[in-house]
Amino acid sequence: MNLYELTIHEARRLLDAGEVSAEELTEAVLARILEVDNDVQAYITLMPEEALEQARAIDAGGGSGAPLRGIPLAVKDVLCTAGVPTTCGSRILENFIPPYDATVVARLRAAGAIIIGKTNTDEFAMGSSTENSAFFPTHNPWDLSRVPGGSSGGSAAAVAAGECLGALGTDTGGSVRQPAALCGVVGLKPTYGRVSRYGLVAFASSLDQVGVLTKDVTDAAIVLGVIAGHDPMDSTSVDAPVPDYTAALTGDIRGMRVGVPKEYFIEGMQPEVEEAVRAAVDQLADLGAEVVEVSLPHTDYALPVYYLIAPAEASANLARYDGVRYGLRVQGTDLEETYKATRGRGFGPEVKRRIMLGTYALSAGYYDAYYLKAQKVRTLIKQDFDRAFEQVDVIVAPTTPTTAFRLGEKVDDPLQMYLSDVFTLSMNLAGICGLSLPCGFDRQGLPIGMQVIGPAFGEETVLRVAYAYEQATEWHKRRCGL
Amino acid sequence: MRLTREEVDHIAELAKLALTEEEKERFAEQLSAVLEYAARLQELDTEAIPPTATVLPLRNVMRPDEPRPPTPREDILANAPAAEEGCFLVQAVWGVEPEPEVEP
Repeated sequence: MNLYELTIHEARRLLDAGEVSAEELTEAVLARILEVDNDVQAYITLMPEEALEQARAIDAGGGSGAPLRGIPLAVKDVLCTAGVPTTCGSRILENFIPPYDATVVARLRAAGAIIIGKTNTDEFAMGSSTENSAFFPTHNPWDLSRVPGGSSGGSAAAVAAGECLGALGTDTGGSVRQPAALCGVVGLKPTYGRVSRYGLVAFASSLDQVGVLTKDVTDAAIVLGVIAGHDPMDSTSVDAPVPDYTAALTGDIRGMRVGVPKEYFIEGMQPEVEEAVRAAVDQLADLGAEVVEVSLPHTDYALPVYYLIAPAEASANLARYDGVRYGLRVQGTDLEETYKATRGRGFGPEVKRRIMLGTYALSAGYYDAYYLKAQKVRTLIKQDFDRAFEQVDVIVAPTTPTTAFRLGEKVDDPLQMYLSDVFTLSMNLAGICGLSLPCGFDRQGLPIGMQVIGPAFGEETVLRVAYAYEQATEWHKRRCGL
Repeated sequence: MRLTREEVDHIAELAKLALTEEEKERFAEQLSAVLEYAARLQELDTEAIPPTATVLPLRNVMRPDEPRPPTPREDILANAPAAEEGCFLVQAVWGVEPEPEVEP
């Protein structure tokens, strides 16, 4: 087995036993990047020298006992890294070098992780295919003519192709779970408030959450345990104790109640996706879970609610890019013209589209009809989940309606692109947690993802169910043919 | 619901975005399609439903006001497109002509 194919927990064992050095592991991953990243294009920035230097320091005895000691990880390029460019996939931040680390990055470093690079993303995390990156699209390692999903497509593709052992992503409407499903890896979006957003470049502040992409469920539990917890620098991070998430991985789900929402099996979805998820539900029943049909009646409204609230928040958050304090400046005839020219040149089409949409939804005369209405329906969507979780421990549903689509297929039709997130948006609106894991492959050999959804701070329950399913199946062991 | 050209101009002005003619045409069409899709929210009676701005029950989160070292000024200015004497350098807001003196 090649070292780059290892999971985090396998590498941990080999490192601790002294069978592999951190330098060897890091070199193996960097060599793998050289081998495949011309095709996959998962990374915007690589940090090979820093990574190897850090690996040698660890081999010399640094950071003993730290949970991620010597593990090469990747970080989505919307998370600030001190001294290393953080572009958000945008021309407007092409030359931005943050003076500080995001809290999650600092926590990875403190846990001994080796950060090897910054991964590609749709511009400001706005997109579902990574094609909105201002630099280049990322390709799906299972089929290079297809998208990896998005917006954390670089992180998902890097994990799937063995270009890192795990990665951080961010999930505002499905941006961790959807690419995880399309790339055949595990993607966990924690509860809103579980993980600090300090140093995450803001997109939609009431929805954004940092998540993890890994090769299996155990690794997701390990990385979550490192990044979760209260941060005085983020007033929306919740001061709740962080449990040992790996302790939840018992493999025993007997007597647990699993809800299947009828609204998540819709006309127009790929039949193989429905078959795979239904088969997975049967498997959970075989493992001793009690399967119950539940209803989330406002599911159909999640997409329009999301595409009013997220752009509204984005239009406010992105007002800061004015060419004054950082990033691109395009000089105009006066200061106001400089703002306009900078933003007109610096932002790509999808970002402009969302700023326009959000500005409209917040503008005088339309606020009540669009933004306030969306916030009220958001309440109804949250109440749907509150009611469902009175009956069940977790909800299981497909992560996406289809497997990976072709590059270019949806670029000119924003609404079609938005529909690929139709099963993931609701959890961000409700602020709850969800994990996507592989549950099969379609006839073209493309991965299919299943979501295990839990209530707020229900990560242990979600991980427990996902782990039990994973242990009973072999899907997570398949690797792309690259 | 079709956005007019005037509405697109107005929104671009509010958002401080310089758009090309081609972008304005395309956005008018694409934003109209999204807004039309969003019109389905009007089907729901939300008269008695409170809005959700955030899912957390947090209000006015406080921390002790303890002095700590700030980020060094040069680190902050390092990313500025233009800086001078420890400040961000921008064009004059009200023009460079001196204010005319007003006779009492």
